[in-house]
Amino acid sequence: MSITTTDESSLTKKDFVTPNDVRWCPGCGDYAILNAVQRTLPELGIPREQFVVVSGIGCSSRFPYYMNTYGFHTIHGRAPTVATGVKVANPDLSVWMITGDGDGLSIGANHLLHLLRRNLDINVLLFNNRIYGLTKGQYSPTSEVGKKTKSTPVGSVDHPINPLLFALGSEATFVARTTDTDMKHMVETFKAAQAHKGTSFVEVFQNCVIFNNKTFDTVTSRDVKQDQVLVLEEDKPLIFGANKDKGIRLNGLDPEIVTLGDGVGQDDLLIHQPRNPNSAYANILAQMTYPTFPTPVGILRQLDGRETYEDALVQQIEHAQSGGSDNLQELLTGQNSWVVEG
Amino acid sequence: MTQTTDSFEEIDSAVVRFAGDSGDGMQTVGERFTDSSAFAGNDIATLPDFPAEIRAPAGTLAGVSGFQLQFGNSKILTPGDAPDALVAMNPAALKANIDDLPEGGMLVVNIDSFKSMNLKKAGYESNPLEDEDFRKKYHLVELDLTGLTKEALKESPLKPSDKVRCKNFFALGFMYYVYGRPLEPTLKFFEDKWGKRLPDLAQANSQVLKAGHNLGDTMETARNRYQVAKAPVEAGVYRKISGNEALVYGLVAAAKLSKRELLYSGYPITPASPVLEGLSHLKKFGIKCVQAEDEIAAMGVALGASFAGDLTVCATSGPGMCLKSEFIGLASITELPLIICNVQRGGPSTGLPTKTEQSDLLQALFSRHGDCPLPVLAAHSPSDCFDCAIEAARIALTYMTPVILLSDLYVANGAEPWLVPNVSDLPVIENSFASTDEEYVIYKRNKETLARSQAIPGQVGLEHRIGGLEKGEDGGVSYDPENHEEMSLLRAQKVAGISKTFDPIHIQGEAEGDLLVIGWGGTYGAISSAARNLRDEGFSISNIHLRHLNPLPDDLEEIMSRFKKVIVPELNLGQLNLLLRAKYLVDVISYGKLQGKPFKVSELHEKFLEYLR
Repeated sequence: MSITTTDESSLTKKDFVTPNDVRWCPGCGDYAILNAVQRTLPELGIPREQFVVVSGIGCSSRFPYYMNTYGFHTIHGRAPTVATGVKVANPDLSVWMITGDGDGLSIGANHLLHLLRRNLDINVLLFNNRIYGLTKGQYSPTSEVGKKTKSTPVGSVDHPINPLLFALGSEATFVARTTDTDMKHMVETFKAAQAHKGTSFVEVFQNCVIFNNKTFDTVTSRDVKQDQVLVLEEDKPLIFGANKDKGIRLNGLDPEIVTLGDGVGQDDLLIHQPRNPNSAYANILAQMTYPTFPTPVGILRQLDGRETYEDALVQQIEHAQSGGSDNLQELLTGQNSWVVEG
Repeated sequence: MTQTTDSFEEIDSAVVRFAGDSGDGMQTVGERFTDSSAFAGNDIATLPDFPAEIRAPAGTLAGVSGFQLQFGNSKILTPGDAPDALVAMNPAALKANIDDLPEGGMLVVNIDSFKSMNLKKAGYESNPLEDEDFRKKYHLVELDLTGLTKEALKESPLKPSDKVRCKNFFALGFMYYVYGRPLEPTLKFFEDKWGKRLPDLAQANSQVLKAGHNLGDTMETARNRYQVAKAPVEAGVYRKISGNEALVYGLVAAAKLSKRELLYSGYPITPASPVLEGLSHLKKFGIKCVQAEDEIAAMGVALGASFAGDLTVCATSGPGMCLKSEFIGLASITELPLIICNVQRGGPSTGLPTKTEQSDLLQALFSRHGDCPLPVLAAHSPSDCFDCAIEAARIALTYMTPVILLSDLYVANGAEPWLVPNVSDLPVIENSFASTDEEYVIYKRNKETLARSQAIPGQVGLEHRIGGLEKGEDGGVSYDPENHEEMSLLRAQKVAGISKTFDPIHIQGEAEGDLLVIGWGGTYGAISSAARNLRDEGFSISNIHLRHLNPLPDDLEEIMSRFKKVIVPELNLGQLNLLLRAKYLVDVISYGKLQGKPFKVSELHEKFLEYLR
């Protein structure tokens, strides 16, 4: 099975905009992500009626209402199950799942885990704003320890989930991160997610302007970005910094920041290899966090070749159907029937 | 040469119960006895009864597994109240079952297992078989099944421990002799199951079965032989079928009749797992089976696939229903077709997972938040599960609604002969698909059914969004108070209107009289038998059995009004009773039972008599 592609690039962003008023707060990072998705989809060569957008509950999960495609706004945390059903019923559809840090990693973490390990060909966009927005500001499973919110007046005590480590631990075949502040990078990342055959997990740093404003500013704001963000590019050394003079080197099992020059060259640095079957490297990247390390964005891991769930399921059916008839009357009658004469 | 006795005593029906350790193969011999009786042309009803633990410690009361069946020369509606013959493989099996065996009943025991250790494990202080009063009370047949089986397999290449495991078939062979059952179906079963893979085992079991049969022929104590004539039934092709099997076949048929692909999504749970397993084996019918990560996910997968155009089904039991509730609400507000089967077991919580009960009726009707009425129907016998699956699909697809189909452990695991329907006679199921020729308005309704039409992802020009937020007719999110009330009323009216399509209620007995018995679900056999017996005794009693629990049939109220009293026996504390009282203001008499066991015909007979005198 494969998604039908078309050469006609007649679709434009406008074709994916619904007449509905978008009801996110002014300044919400969701607008940028919506814009990026609406720019991405017309460029994929897929007819509009083949797209299905599925979401759970939360601010991010209002997303399907704003996409002029088929869409299903479901219940809290369960979008991975509904998306699975859509994809299994019709593997030809391009299924996009929208979730948030609460929806995907708290109430729905179990389902997300199973979606990732089953490797259905679905694109998962997890909007991480480290807060419960729709319920007006309680700490979320990605909030940092000590976070003061309405429900944690003296600071939260929970150790946060790292979404990338969660996805890697679930053996996801495509794990990436992008930010709502970088339109070009979002579009590139979403295109790569669609191109990947298997579940593509993309964490999007998203700013909640009302309840957790500027939570990612220490990493993504214009003035610190170049020193704090490590842009991953396949087969290129891990280099960052405004002057492109800093790199990541491996010392034993530990990454360390080095300055290029003074006897340290590009050959000493880690080369970005997202397709390395060993997940240790991707795990090292996923654990690099502010303030010790620059924050990696881009594709951390991309494994091709693992069969998708829906393909395996369809193949079993096709194999069974090649072997014999599907005569319903024979099924009902069975092997041990008897006849009563009139 | 031994003398052959051909003297049979002609009887109308008999009840046989096999009991042993859960590892003794009692379910297997019970099923074989059922097949053999079906082959002999008798009508049958069965009751498998097994413990929740797969292999509780051998020889203990907790590990006793039983299988009872009734076979007869006329319509058999229940597995029988009490056995005429009991086979007890060990002291624990004897202790757990002997109270049910009437005085004079045939008792076959495996004396080899009546040793001090086993007696102690069963809680016997002394060997009951050494008690003279006990011996006189029953028609006792003592067999050293272990020794006899070993002897029969002297020449077999099987390991000694494997030989001993064949002893259940020795007991079966002996009982075949007593009741004049044909051996052929069982010999064929051995050949089909093990002939190719384990020919020595097939051979050994065949030898042991025949040895058991031959022993009956030569044994003085087996002087009583019984014969049950064929039951007069409608001509046609018959097979034996269990409730869960019939449910599986009904779903496969429903997909074909509606021209949709079938997707089944489930999570293992007793007693619904055989539905998941059964459908998983039917891939050549194009059936997509998903074993989900939990009950909630199973429901979500089914709902997603329903949105994408498949006929979708989940089966579960009470605890799973609790978990699915939120999703059922979403299915209701988005008006997507879906079948949710609840094979009921004893609750609440883990409750009695391997025992039957009907205590999820009110859950089926009301366990969603919000005003969220859904169609609910219940199967009354194993073969009725087939018809109910098709009916559930008809309602779901024609009316665009989730449907709850209730079965119960007794119906699911029980078996009976089934007149195999002709596929070409089955009804076509109408879908409510959107037209691509006109503008698609998501909640615009069919004037007759009030169903919305369904647009399937992939269809050009019908792109649309649905979800859990309340919508206006055009599908836009609406928080308008009047709209919410109107949409809630429309959904309720749609479900209520389904009753227009029901057949008139079938009344067993006169259309008016002293006492009307109203039943639903798996109590059908016991209620029908008890009421029929009382009618034969001259009492004014009639009975009806409801397939549709929501909406209730339109003619129900009028039928109730024609009787002086109405009684509702059910395996719960009065749930249908509550519904009838609430809806019709009728002073219904409730008769509940909550013992994990089906009603006995005798206890219903006695209860009905109280209100007839």
